[in-house]
Amino acid sequence: MTKMSARNMFIVATLVVTVLFGYLTYLSYDAFSANAHPENITSQVAHGKEVWEKHSCINCHTLLGEGAYYAPELGNVIERRGEPFVRSVLETTAVQGWGTTRKMPQFDLSAADIDGLVEFFKWMNGIDTNNWPPNKEG
Amino acid sequence: MKYQFESQRVSYPYFVAAMLLFGAQILFGLVIGAQYLWPDLLFPAIPFNIGRMIHINLLVVWLIFGFMGAAYYLLPEEVEGEIYSTKLAMVQFWLFLAGGATAIVGYLFRWHDGREFLEQPTLIKVGIVIVVLMFIFNMIMTMIKGRRRTSTSIVLLTGFLGLAVFYLFAFYKPVNMVIDKYYWWWVVHLWVEGVWELIMAAFLSFLLIKLTGVDREVAEKWLYVIVGLTFLTGVIGTGHHYYWIGTPAFWQTWGAWFSAIEVLPFVAMVAFSFKMIAKRSRQHPNRAAILWTAGAAVLSFLGAGVWGFMHTLPQVNFYTHGTQITASHGHLAFYGAYAVIVLAMASYAMPNLRKAGSAITSQKLEIFAFWTMGASMLFITLALTGAGIVQVYLQRVLGMSYMETQSFMNIFYFIRLFFGATFAIGLVVYLYDFFTGKARQAA
Repeated sequence: MTKMSARNMFIVATLVVTVLFGYLTYLSYDAFSANAHPENITSQVAHGKEVWEKHSCINCHTLLGEGAYYAPELGNVIERRGEPFVRSVLETTAVQGWGTTRKMPQFDLSAADIDGLVEFFKWMNGIDTNNWPPNKEG
Repeated sequence: MKYQFESQRVSYPYFVAAMLLFGAQILFGLVIGAQYLWPDLLFPAIPFNIGRMIHINLLVVWLIFGFMGAAYYLLPEEVEGEIYSTKLAMVQFWLFLAGGATAIVGYLFRWHDGREFLEQPTLIKVGIVIVVLMFIFNMIMTMIKGRRRTSTSIVLLTGFLGLAVFYLFAFYKPVNMVIDKYYWWWVVHLWVEGVWELIMAAFLSFLLIKLTGVDREVAEKWLYVIVGLTFLTGVIGTGHHYYWIGTPAFWQTWGAWFSAIEVLPFVAMVAFSFKMIAKRSRQHPNRAAILWTAGAAVLSFLGAGVWGFMHTLPQVNFYTHGTQITASHGHLAFYGAYAVIVLAMASYAMPNLRKAGSAITSQKLEIFAFWTMGASMLFITLALTGAGIVQVYLQRVLGMSYMETQSFMNIFYFIRLFFGATFAIGLVVYLYDFFTGKARQAA
């Protein structure tokens, strides 16, 4: 093999996989509407996502398994703990933080922020994740 | 050998900045590693989320400083001409340093965006794009004005262009979290398992040509094989992130097949390095640089190749996704591939950049640092793998709650922190050598 043929293989391989990747992305859009129920993204869910990002929750928790591994998975937290418990954790956090060993810092969460986060978690809980996680402990 | 082109000296401040930020990164790594054992440490001043944000952002910033510095060193020798504008390179340096430092300090005051690794506030993101465009402009102009066009420099440019293009997806923040995650990976995965590998492979090619005296035609043929395998496997290999995040199930098939062979470019890098070193036509006096170069190939093969393959198949990943297994892979992959290749370029460039030192004298300290940091990172990775196995069994198999599993993993967190400390010792020795090498060589 010469350098030029190696270069040509690089170019051809890149073009082929790029086109294929684009096509698979196009196909994925069907699933985005079927699996994620965008029709259920209310303004509260959208606000919840903003609050989630504002406090960088992802750098302790995981969400659908992505994030940091310092605190529990939250994609299915509604199913695991139930809405009233999640709400009470957030309400306590707004006052003094949460936890005994590893602690969640106190965050300034308004009532609207808490509602938003709860709705956001409920929406996340409804996403079709190909049956992940293996059990409700996340 | 002294530097051949005056403008190569512009790489010096880039390497200095990279090393200082590297030191800071490890400091924050020690803090958050210790927080696993003593959660009240520095709480609530620097909670875990802020510490981790800084740990990883510092990594990315120092690596990019290192990439750019290494490129400014490499380009004149490759194209046989001076850097187009050293003034632009310096403006770009200070802009990047100011932007990076503002972001890191800002994080301490909770000025951040909220997506993992892309926490830079929008203003900083715009600044980063401007800096990278300035760099690419300088690079292209240098290549146009140069007397020679080499495949190594073209692959390097392609890598940096990709870095710039895929970073643009950091500005797209859809309200639908599934789509958000989908394109977030276009920055994260297509950087580190795509275009960054081009940058790494170009440095590897440059170093092996310089250090072994092997024929450029042969080296650059290998380079194209490596980057060809990178894109062939890595682009659709993105699918290994699309198993469980609301994306369609067909990604399990595509992601599995393609990411299973993502090890191939790393196999090729190991074969390339060892073959070139075995066939070397000259005995280069810079033994440390050879060590770092071979080390980058071997450690990236282990960290990215082996530890990546370990949990890339959906049948395995179903249980390991989002556990300390991922963290173990991340540590060795980033250190092995990107940290070590920057250190290899620095090791090769620095003796030539120092005014005093045409001769390479003692490299004992640098070689000590190579083995200490490499071995420490390997043990950190093994400790996190142990933690991950415990976590997978207790949480994913037995269904124990997350917080309960953590108390069973403390021994592994302790081992990790211990080797984090030995890594830091290696780094202190490295930095001492890096910053005093000039004085000691002159003496």
